[in-house]
Parts: sequence; C-alpha cells; structure tokens
Amino acid sequence: MAQSKAALRVKSQLTGETVVSMQHVNKWFGQFHVLRDINLSVEKGERIVVCGPSGSGKSTLIRCLNRLERHQDGNINVNGIELNNDVKNIDEIRREVGMVFQHFNLFPHLSILENCMLAPIWVRKKPRAEAEDIAMHFLTRVKIPEQAHKYPGQLSGGQQQRVAIARALCMKPYLMLFDEPTSALDPEMIKEVLDTMVELAEDGMTMIVVTHEMGFARKVANRVIFMDEGQIVEQNEPEAFFNNPKSERTKLFLSQILGH
Amino acid sequence: MANHNDKKMTSGPTVLAEVAFIRKEDAPTLSPPLSEAGLTGWLYENIFASMLDFSSFGAAFKSVMITIFTAFITYAFGSQLYGLVDFAILSAVWTDPSNLKRQACWTVEQGGNLPQGWHGACWPYIAAKAKFIIYGAYPTGSLWRVNLTYFVGGAMLAWVMIDRFPYRKIVGTLLLTAYPILATVLLTGGGFGLSQFNIGVNTVLGLGLISFGRLGKAGWVTGPLADLSQVAGVAGWFFVFFAVVLVSFGVDFNLEAIDTRDWGGLLITLVVASTAIVVSLPLGILLALGRRSNMPVARTFSIVFIEFWRGVPLITVLFMASVMIPLFMPEGVNFDSLLRALIGVTLWQSAYMAEVIRGGLQAIDNGQYEGADAVGLSYWQSMRLIILPQALKHVLPGIVNTIISVFKDTSLVSIVGLFDLLGATQSTIADAAWSTPVQASTGYLVVASIFFAFCFSMSRYSMYIERKLNRTREH
Repeated sequence: MAQSKAALRVKSQLTGETVVSMQHVNKWFGQFHVLRDINLSVEKGERIVVCGPSGSGKSTLIRCLNRLERHQDGNINVNGIELNNDVKNIDEIRREVGMVFQHFNLFPHLSILENCMLAPIWVRKKPRAEAEDIAMHFLTRVKIPEQAHKYPGQLSGGQQQRVAIARALCMKPYLMLFDEPTSALDPEMIKEVLDTMVELAEDGMTMIVVTHEMGFARKVANRVIFMDEGQIVEQNEPEAFFNNPKSERTKLFLSQILGH
Repeated sequence: MANHNDKKMTSGPTVLAEVAFIRKEDAPTLSPPLSEAGLTGWLYENIFASMLDFSSFGAAFKSVMITIFTAFITYAFGSQLYGLVDFAILSAVWTDPSNLKRQACWTVEQGGNLPQGWHGACWPYIAAKAKFIIYGAYPTGSLWRVNLTYFVGGAMLAWVMIDRFPYRKIVGTLLLTAYPILATVLLTGGGFGLSQFNIGVNTVLGLGLISFGRLGKAGWVTGPLADLSQVAGVAGWFFVFFAVVLVSFGVDFNLEAIDTRDWGGLLITLVVASTAIVVSLPLGILLALGRRSNMPVARTFSIVFIEFWRGVPLITVLFMASVMIPLFMPEGVNFDSLLRALIGVTLWQSAYMAEVIRGGLQAIDNGQYEGADAVGLSYWQSMRLIILPQALKHVLPGIVNTIISVFKDTSLVSIVGLFDLLGATQSTIADAAWSTPVQASTGYLVVASIFFAFCFSMSRYSMYIERKLNRTREH
C-alpha cells in the first residue's frame, strides 16, 4: 500500500502545464445559485477528488467542463480552449475530454465493442479495423475483452462501468471526468471499478473524480476538494485534508461519512 | 424428507448416521403426466382445466358458466366461419362457360338455373372485372408496364426484407431512389420534354456542391465555411438526383403517355399508400426532431405543421387539394389530381408519424443524449446512431399501426374522383350486365380480402422485426 502510493507519487511529477482553469464561474438553475464563484486550476497529471454533501454542486461543476451544463458567468478554459457558446470549441473539448457517468450511459442497442468503436469511427474518422484494434486494446486494459460481443444489458454493473471507462479511453482523452462512478454499484463491484481507476491514475491520466470513496481519495488523489452549497470550501492534499481539516463544515462532513 | 423428520420427532436427538445420505442409484427420469404434455395436456391446461373444477359450489358454477360461454363462442365463431367458407367456396359459382353473365348467378326464381334460396359468391363476375379492379381504366395494351412496375418493386422489396440476401443496403437505396423514377416513367409514359437549361443548372450546381463538400472533408476549407461545406456535400447529391430525375422524365422512351385519370383500382391504392408511407416516415422523423429542437424557428414550424395537419380530417384535406388548389392556380395550369391527392395524404400522414416518433424520442433516457454528447458525437450523429435507433424500436408497433391505417385511408381518395381499389370495385358493382343479388357481397369480399392480405402481411413483418430486434438486443 505504502509502496504503491510512493510509486504513484514518483510518477506524478507535475509538468506545470494547466489543463483546466475555471475563473469566477457562476451558474444558476432558474433562481437557484448552484455554483458560486468557482476558481479552480488543474495541472496535467493531477488527480483531483471532489466531495461534498449531495446538492453541493460537485456534479454540476464537472459537467460544466464539457458543456453538459452551461455556466452563465465566468471563464472556463480546457486545455487552452475557451468554453463559450461556440459549438466548434464545445465539440473540440468533448472530443478530448472523456466522461464516465454514475449510470454508465452505455448505448444498449450496440454491443460492447460497437460502444467503444463508435466515437473513434464517427468522431475521429478512424477506419473500422483500426477502431476495433483500439477498442479491443482498452477493453483488455479494463480486463473484459471476452465480453466484447455481448450487449450492455447482459453485463453486471461493475463490468458496464468498466466498459464505460474503456469507451471514454478509446478517444485517447487528456482529461477524464468521473461523475460518481461507483454510486450506482453493488458493494462487491465497487472494487473492480476503483482498481481500474487506480491503474489509470498510475499511468498518469489527468482525472477529476466526484466520489465518496475516501479510500480512493487517500490512495490516488493529489488534491481533495470539498464543496458545500455551490462553493469550494476547502482544498488540500489528502493527508492534510483527512487528518487535519480546517473548516467546520469539512469536519462535520468527514465525521458523517467516516464515522460509521 | 418427511421420514427423517418423523424419526427426529419420535427418537429424540438426531444421530448423524441417520441423516447422512448417499444416493446409490439415480432416480428414473419419467415422461410428464398426460395432463402436462402433448395435445391432451395443452387442451386440458388451456380449455378443460377451467371447466372441470367441481370442488365447491362456487367453482362448479364457474365451470358450468365457462362451459356455456365456450360453447357459445365456438358456435358463433364457427357458424360465421362456415357461412363465409360456404359463400366464398362451397356454394360459389366458379365458371360461366356459356357466357351467361348475370344469369350465371341467378336462381330459378330470378330466371337462372341455381336452386331457390341459393346464396354464394359469383366469381365469374370478379374474373370479368379483375382487370378493372387491379388496373382501373389503364389501356389493356400497356398493362405490361404496370405489371413490370409491380414485379420490380415486389422483387426489390422482398430482397431488402429477407436477411440472408447480400447487398441489401444497395438494393434498399435503389428502391428508394431509382425505383420511384422507373415506376413514374413506366406508369405515366415519361417523355415530359427535356429542358437542357434545368438539367444543366442542377448538374453543375450538384457537382459543384459535392466537390465543395469533398474539399471541406479533406480539410481545405476552414473557418465558418467548413460547416457549410458539410451541408453542401449532402445537398449536392439532391441536385444531382434531381438532374437524373429530370433527364429520366424528359427522355422519350417511346411509351404511350397515360393520363393518371385512367389509372385505377389496386394501382392507385398502392401508388398512394407506398408514396405516403415512404415519404411520411423521414418527414415525420424530421418533424419530431424539430418539435423537440432548441431552435425556436424549427420548433415553431414543426408544431404549427403538425397541429394544422392533425387538426383537419383527411376528407377535408382531399377536398381542399382538389377544389381549392386549382382556384389559386393560374388559368390553364392543370395540376394532376392524383399528384394533389398524393401530396395531401402524405403531408397529413407525416403529422401523425411525427407524433408517434416523438413518443419514442421521449422514452429515451437523458443519459443517452449525454453519453453521446460526451464522446463528441455531433447532433445529427447522435440522433442517427444513438437516439433514433432506440426510439424507433420503442415505437415500431405505433409506426406500423400508422402505416396500416394510411394504407386503408387511401380509399378516401375515391371522393375526389380517383378510383382506388374500393372505388373501382364499387363502380363495377353498378354494372347492369352483372347485376345479381350477390354482386355487391362478392365485390366487397374481394376488396376486404385484398386489404386484409396487405395489412396482415405488414403486421406480421413488423412482429418479425420486433422479435429480431429483441433477439439481438437482449436486456
């Protein structure tokens, strides 16, 4: 455990290259101010865990990064591309940013392999054979190449989520967003998905993960961000964050989720 | 098990040796009891089981009632079926060797040879009118053109529908592009005259747009024009197709021109129905997408279009098409009446199709849209590859329902002077040369059978498709 963590730290030498920058971002759902003055900067290779009580805006935050939600105020810059109403920019960002959802959102009418080949073929314009090679490569990496010709409905939740990760990886993204990837899973399946994500982190992928898996946060994250009521309340290195939280709200939250 | 328990009860604490059990020989595999298997089993389970329960007064009463009800239904259905078989086959007059016409189907009392009280189909009448029922007043010498159209269309359709055949996509594309041109030329005679100017403009424009699209694909076009080049690449094909249409319609194939006023019978029914079905499906998809679009113009247009066409009865649409449109046309311009009816039925049908498809779109989970967005698919890609395949599968029964209903609604075109299957048959019923008491029943039986054959095949084919989709996309 300690050894792997050390190995991880060595690999994660940051280059100082900024992948995501959010400046004074505000968002409203109708009258409800859901994101309040968010400032966040993520460097290449960083692994950030976002946590907080439900309704704190953590999912909305990462959904703003690939324009599944529109922010109304402030600047978001993803890998040097300004995220505004320009459809070209949105498309370009979505091509390069992978996302994994709580409910997998696999395409049920396509086989596992077709799910993974779809975007490389239609978005990256790869030839079919090459797309299939890419898909099989990543399905092997998430350890389910033998399921390639099944349909999503025939797989367990954990397997489906690993397919979803493979599907995102097939686009060779430079940033992966995880929106509560284990919240819809049975307890015995959480581990297989987290293991996949740890391996991904070890390979140096830049990741922003919304999760309540504090074990994962301790093991993998460079930085933990705690959100409440649409604001970033506290962010720190995991050791300091868990052992020595500064804010009262963080202490309360941690006592609630760790105290049982 | 019961034995073990008994011992346990009587002889105090269980000794392990008594509970432990090792099977020495396999229990025999037996065939199921007679009441469970085969025809008797089926009959028992599905019919007699509910009638033979006399265990209590209530159950006995229920059994008796079910028996009476079953007998009644069987009798009612059986006697009707027998009546139909008797009319159509057993008592029917099949031939008219001495060319008696109506007298062949007259009873003694009416001046013929059939026994008094006779009631049966008069098939010689149908044989004599078959040409009119199928082709209307289409010139007899040119019937081969209609037959060829039927044959080519039927063969291509069968090719596309049978899974084992190769090149189904190509045949399908031809069926939707080349076949309509062929059918129009064959049926009307073509030779509408060549306008070199129109053809030239369309060809040049089409090829130009396609090249522009190719340049865009190759990355030569940048900036805001890049999007335009994609649209242009697609639009170009329409112009080229239109040029091909103009050429095909323009060239004189030395076929006799046959006015649509001479078309009739099954021909009109099939032309109107197939056009309405084939055009309304894509139009309906576009309208359904438009109605759910974020773009106010597309949404408003779709809503107004759908609500307008759904709000007027088809009869009104047809009357307006045949009476109102000529009023707005300049003097001397004669807009073909079949074409007017075709457009009316098609647009009316698209509105219904759109609402059925919208129902399917609404059933798609938001996560599917987000999943497609997140991997970077464009709007049209995500619709075509992700959303529509699932939505259309959901509403396949509704789509087929709409298709079947428009197939039958085509008989309404008879009110604007077009003789469709029903109209043509009805007009033969007025023929005094075949005037008999069974003439109308025979004629309507034929019409009903033809409609039923088409609609039932569509229904069966859609069930086959449903089963196929469920097989490959198990959940």
